[in-house]
Amino acid sequence: MSILKTEQLVKRFGNFNALDGIDLTVNAGEIYGFIGPNGAGKSTTIRILLGILKATEGSASIFGLDVWKDAVAIHKRISYVPGDVNLWPNLTGGEVIDLFMKLRGNSNMTKRNQLLEQFSLDPSKKCRAYSKGNRQKVALVAAFASDADLFILDEPTSGLDPLMERVFQECVLAAKNEGKSVLLSSHILSEVERLCDRVGIIRQGKMIETGTLHDLRHLTRTHLFIETKQPIPSFEHVGGVHIVETNGNRLSIEVDTNQLDEVIKLVSSFGVIKLKSSPPTLEDLFMRHYEQSSPGGELS
Amino acid sequence: MSNQMFKKLGTLIHFIWRRDRIRLFIWIAAITATTLGTASSFSGLYVNENERQLLAETMINPAMIAMVGPSTGLDNYTFGAMLAHQMLLFTAITVAIMNILFITRHTRADEEEGNIEMIRSLPTGRLSNLTAVLTVALISNALIMVIIGAGLPLLQIDSIDWNGSILYGAVLGATGFFFAAITTLFAQLSDNAKGTIGFSFTLLIVSYLIRAIGDVSNDTLSAFSPLGIILDTHVFVLNDWWPLAILGMLTVLIALCAVYLHAIRDLGAGFFPTKPGRVHASRWLQSPSGLAIRLQRTGIIAWAIGMYVLGASYGSVLGDLDTFFVDNEVMQDFLAPIPGVSLTDQFISLLLTIMAMIGTIPVLLSLLKLKGEESKHRLESMLALPISRYQLLGSYFMIAMLLSIFMNLLAVLGLWSVGNTVLDNGLSLMTLIKSAIVYLPAIWVMVGVAIVLLGTTPKQTGFIWLYLTYSFIVVYMGDLFQFPTWMKKASPFGYVPQMPVEDMRVTPVLSLFVIAIIMMIAGFLFYRKRDLQG
Repeated sequence: MSILKTEQLVKRFGNFNALDGIDLTVNAGEIYGFIGPNGAGKSTTIRILLGILKATEGSASIFGLDVWKDAVAIHKRISYVPGDVNLWPNLTGGEVIDLFMKLRGNSNMTKRNQLLEQFSLDPSKKCRAYSKGNRQKVALVAAFASDADLFILDEPTSGLDPLMERVFQECVLAAKNEGKSVLLSSHILSEVERLCDRVGIIRQGKMIETGTLHDLRHLTRTHLFIETKQPIPSFEHVGGVHIVETNGNRLSIEVDTNQLDEVIKLVSSFGVIKLKSSPPTLEDLFMRHYEQSSPGGELS
Repeated sequence: MSNQMFKKLGTLIHFIWRRDRIRLFIWIAAITATTLGTASSFSGLYVNENERQLLAETMINPAMIAMVGPSTGLDNYTFGAMLAHQMLLFTAITVAIMNILFITRHTRADEEEGNIEMIRSLPTGRLSNLTAVLTVALISNALIMVIIGAGLPLLQIDSIDWNGSILYGAVLGATGFFFAAITTLFAQLSDNAKGTIGFSFTLLIVSYLIRAIGDVSNDTLSAFSPLGIILDTHVFVLNDWWPLAILGMLTVLIALCAVYLHAIRDLGAGFFPTKPGRVHASRWLQSPSGLAIRLQRTGIIAWAIGMYVLGASYGSVLGDLDTFFVDNEVMQDFLAPIPGVSLTDQFISLLLTIMAMIGTIPVLLSLLKLKGEESKHRLESMLALPISRYQLLGSYFMIAMLLSIFMNLLAVLGLWSVGNTVLDNGLSLMTLIKSAIVYLPAIWVMVGVAIVLLGTTPKQTGFIWLYLTYSFIVVYMGDLFQFPTWMKKASPFGYVPQMPVEDMRVTPVLSLFVIAIIMMIAGFLFYRKRDLQG
């Protein structure tokens, strides 16, 4: 059952097409990873979902309600954490968390204090004294202390240290275990890989790939690390092989999945000493999509 | 040692000057031009000694002394005495404000932003930035001193001689540098820019109040205020340099203290303990309007005091109106006598117009705070909560509407409370209130325009200030400059009946009211429809 759905979402700023027909579906109880470089349209999509921007064309709904018209009703059941948390410099973190919780209306003080401890955040400091990471913790505590059904997280960990990153991942997984859904936009691909059930890759306002990580891996290459008795002169007549590194008898190659059989046959004739294969990482998937057409923007 | 502490001092002086040259230029130009301009306008305003002495008579009252300082020069009110009496204190305060803002910007604010960290990571001395800032402040204050000290005598006005002029400039420069030193000290004590500015301004205000009380009741008390000390020079009357020497020594002491504290402290740290803030939000801070009020608290209180003081200071001159206006042609052009209407009533109706327009400023500031919140990307988190746009705009709107009533009543109250004591016949508070509230619909039209701007072209909200300035010029100065009527009618304030001189006219007031409501509704609808900057 889908909890969030967009169909052919288009957003134009003047002549610039920020979004060019985005189809996105998040199912109940799943963690959906939304990845793409800066300027690809992730935040624009999320802002449309929040009813802050109005879609030029297409439709977007959360819990079956229209994101623009029924924003308030939707927001009672969602929690949002922006990547760049802007807070009021003269309020303390504790005050901001309470205010957000109060305004949402369904939050729990015990959980709040527990989260403050987990994230080791001092709520008595003024927001102006917080670092970027600490401001993000304020938003994360307010979000996870709520009883939301859907969490919309826009690069929520860009300022967190690895320890806090782990706390964050625990919170997300705990939410999932309670049957909640998460839309996680992220740059940190290892995080997405660890948490997400399904992934969508966006580029220049278009969804270019979407599916489970398992599905996506089939579309791409496998990494092989090979050591042979005799050096392999060439893979020319096999095709679908991309040499990453050669070092005498040691090879590191990427193989298109459908050519795997041919390659193994060829390699075995040179006397295999060592063979290690690893599935493509999300990063490989991602980089490949962006290498294909260079103007896709840079990774940051 | 000195290499450790002061390396690259010259480069940093140049750099700070480079960053602020335009800002400093505007401040210095405005301050010196106002002083020189006022001095040269005196001879046109007051032709002979008699007129000056008449004016002096009106100044001998506690309200006036509290406001501008002691009355030493009033026995022989020469142009010089007049300049020092009417202008010196307020110009000195302006110079002090310039220094407080300048020093804070380059010390604690830069430290908070992380800029000082960058500078310190380069091969610069530990004290280089601080000394560079103080040096630029010293140069700026010296510039004010030189321009005014040399500029005043060149105007060749009777009684404004070299000796007094140089002292006049020196008083301004010394006050400026004193507050530069004080701000530098507070920048070491407090660990944030807001605190630095807050402490410095508090000291400035307290200095002013101590001097005001001291000048009225007890001269010794004034000696405990830096502003009291500088007025003790009695420029153009006694020309006493001693107080400046004392202030100078005090300044050097404070500056050395600040530099020492800077040398021994950690970057980013302060000496005042930061007390931990609230762990929980108070019950006031639980709604969009609670937040909006909390964010503007200081501003609202400051404006409230300001509006009352504005009314009170206008009230203090009501008693001596006749001496003010009789035989003064410029003033008579400004306020042409109307047969059958007392000068006081006529003046009050003008004051009410001015106060209504000044009272519009805090109202618009409060409403446009929402735009500031949007451009600082703070609305995103709010709107992701179950808060509608109507609710959000509505809370700012309600506060603005309440302020429009509150601020104008405070000004009227100030006018009445002082005016009532200086006028022989007293003043009727009810008449004043009635005459003031007819301006509300005009203020609300301004609010309506601002909401429409917020809802349609948020980048152009600055237009409302242009419109208010325009209104001020055509309505306030209209008679002086003889503008055509349609120019006056292009401002909502041009339609308000000028009570108590004119009678109440329902039609224009009601029309303004209706226009205001239509614009507000339209603005709300537009605001609901547009994209918000995240």
